[in-house]
Amino acid sequence: MLRYALKRLLSLILSLAVASVVIFAVIEIAPGDPASFMLGVNAQADTLAALRAELGLDVSKVERYFNWVGGMLVGDFGTSYTYRTPVSQMITDRLWVSLPLALYALTLSTLIAFPAGIYAAARRGKPGDLAVMGATQLGIAVPNFWFAMMLVLIFAINLRWFNAGGFAGWENGFWTGLHSLTLPAIALALPQAAILARVMRSALLDILAEDFMRTARAKGLSRRQALWRHGVRNALIPVLTIIGLQFSFLLAGSIIIEQVFYLPGLGRLVFQAISARDLIVVESVVMLLVFAVIMVNFLVDLAYAAVDPRLRSRT
Amino acid sequence: MTKQRFRSFASALALGASLFATQALAKSDITIAMQLEPPHLDPTSAAAQAIDSVVYTNIFEGLTRFMGDGSVVPGLAESWEISDDGTIYTFKLRDGVTFHDGTTMDAEDVKFSLDRATAEDSANAQKALFAGIETVEVVDPLTVQVTLKEPNGNFLFNLAWGDAVIVAPESIENIKTNPVGTGAFTFADWVQGDSITLNRNPDYWGDQPALETATFKFISDPTAAFAAMMAEDVDVFDNFPAPENLPQFEADPRFQVLVGSTEGETILSTNNKQEPFDDVLVRQALAHAIDRQAIIDGAMFGYGTPIGTHFAPHNPAYVDLTGNSAYDPEKAKALLAEAGYPDGFETTLHLPPPSYARRGGEIIAAQLAEIGIKAEIINVEWAQWLESVFKGKEFGLTIVSHTEPMDIGIYARPEYYFQYDSTDFQALMETLNSTTDPDERTRLLGEAQRLIATDYVNGYLFQLAKLGVAKAGVQGLWENAPTAAIDLTAISWDE
Repeated sequence: MLRYALKRLLSLILSLAVASVVIFAVIEIAPGDPASFMLGVNAQADTLAALRAELGLDVSKVERYFNWVGGMLVGDFGTSYTYRTPVSQMITDRLWVSLPLALYALTLSTLIAFPAGIYAAARRGKPGDLAVMGATQLGIAVPNFWFAMMLVLIFAINLRWFNAGGFAGWENGFWTGLHSLTLPAIALALPQAAILARVMRSALLDILAEDFMRTARAKGLSRRQALWRHGVRNALIPVLTIIGLQFSFLLAGSIIIEQVFYLPGLGRLVFQAISARDLIVVESVVMLLVFAVIMVNFLVDLAYAAVDPRLRSRT
Repeated sequence: MTKQRFRSFASALALGASLFATQALAKSDITIAMQLEPPHLDPTSAAAQAIDSVVYTNIFEGLTRFMGDGSVVPGLAESWEISDDGTIYTFKLRDGVTFHDGTTMDAEDVKFSLDRATAEDSANAQKALFAGIETVEVVDPLTVQVTLKEPNGNFLFNLAWGDAVIVAPESIENIKTNPVGTGAFTFADWVQGDSITLNRNPDYWGDQPALETATFKFISDPTAAFAAMMAEDVDVFDNFPAPENLPQFEADPRFQVLVGSTEGETILSTNNKQEPFDDVLVRQALAHAIDRQAIIDGAMFGYGTPIGTHFAPHNPAYVDLTGNSAYDPEKAKALLAEAGYPDGFETTLHLPPPSYARRGGEIIAAQLAEIGIKAEIINVEWAQWLESVFKGKEFGLTIVSHTEPMDIGIYARPEYYFQYDSTDFQALMETLNSTTDPDERTRLLGEAQRLIATDYVNGYLFQLAKLGVAKAGVQGLWENAPTAAIDLTAISWDE
């Protein structure tokens, strides 16, 4: 097990190293100089040179790469070119919006998807199933920003139950903060719920066809008892995998929703940083997301190995 | 929802409603939305207009300042004297002005600020404004003498820019995140990505403003901008990004729409050094191929004033030269043929993100196609535009609004991206710079406008409109934008 863990760790480090090179290269290769973006069209050459030196852009790209990686190894993500605040501080601030939003959306999506998926599976082929399937088909097809605009139109502009956007801040109270994240969370959750409900349904249908389900019925459980005690529990494995994937999607992929609701989250930070050529911010945030995904995979690998001894010997 | 919970929910709603009602009675706070967030808050070291929108006259003040109508009036300088030869300016500073950190604003601060702008390692985005300064001397704590290398009729105007505000050596280090100025509002808070809050400065030297707090909110998405206004989450939207929605606000008694002008001459910039645009006949053909009104209607939903040269129509010195490049596709075709391109040619049209460029570009490409010019549209981000078009000069055509006030002088810079190299024009600008007599300046400016119009340097499209939306009760907003600014000192609620 230890040898296996070490091997996985080595591959994790290699993946991170490769990712850092790719991220750096891709972002640096795109044209656009952060200094001239900041100083605009009337900037003089000497002013530009002074700013480049101040930002540390006057050294070679290779040197900049190693400065960046070296800094990250000791937890220093550098200083934003445009905001002039430490990148780590900016990321932390934004995570306080993006992380709760992702969790909120995930909770909503699970709360919608589980009953819907179980209901549809239990009534396979009946009108109830068809209705759920139709609704989820729609949920997958319609983009989340359209949901977002509809929600704003109905609940913010007409009913005035919510603000059209913005984040109230946790310092004004948990419920105030949560309230301001509700519409974006719903907009994010609906398409995810549609996917999850379908996964739940098909996983459950697979399980229902298994021999042990017949055994469960044979030993005297009712259909409903068998479904809940043996069906749902076994169907959770593929569903949890999807939930895990959805979480990283929600964290990294809420860029558009954060724009529509003007939320100060991670997605908006990346969006702003890209247009301002704030390279160090873009690189660091992307690197952090890659790190999160690779770490999750690493932990999952270890967990698999812990439950399945065959994996240990094979690799 | 259980009954109990519903009741508490309803009472929470009622509480919210009553809070709102009391707030409406004595309203001294305002939420102003703008599209872009400032990168930082130092107007003296960046070009971002969003910085000036937040800080100009609110946090920072200069020796002179712009008013909403574009006039330049005394700011921190109470008065000034100009020597007969026009090279020595003696400024008398206001007494009793303090910075927000309590330190006194005096002649040393003025010298520090101007020296900082002209210094070798200066990060000032408009360093050229200060290029003519020879020395800055402190005569006494309230008197500063600025000596220019040569007379400059624009000097007082230049000092009114946000890039020329007075800062203090004591607070310069953290100016980007904690701006300390002399203005009527102090910096309170910045939730990055979301909002900036300013509070009234009780120690302000001038009249106390009506507002106690002002919050600037950053909403970049046009749909979100519309929703935020409609839901009354914000009170004012400075430069509303979706002109197509303005009629809806105009029809709604809850709102007022302010249509004014900006300093933005929107032009079809032409690479004067690139074939075939180095031929004035080709450029003239371009000018006659463009239907300005169609672009204004199609891209800006009718908002914008047609221009025939690079000059703001609201300026007293403006000369209407639109007739010089009237829409005439037949004439354009004839001119192209005369220049040796009877079948037209291919070129590129680089479009930066603003809708005037993206939407306008589609229309212009179609209009150029009418006379046989195939313009390949290339959409670019600003950073790319600066790199490849502005710096690299790798473009045929591009659409940009030049928003700096009184910037006709860029035509005297042959290395400037559209690369117009005319010794006549350069000589004209030199004469202008050393002329202080207002009438003579007006005459020279008229001549300059005519020269670039008849040389068809660029396709002159329209003056960008400033489109503001506000709640009906807000008063004192600037209708026009002589510079990027949201002057809070004049704003009040009529309720």
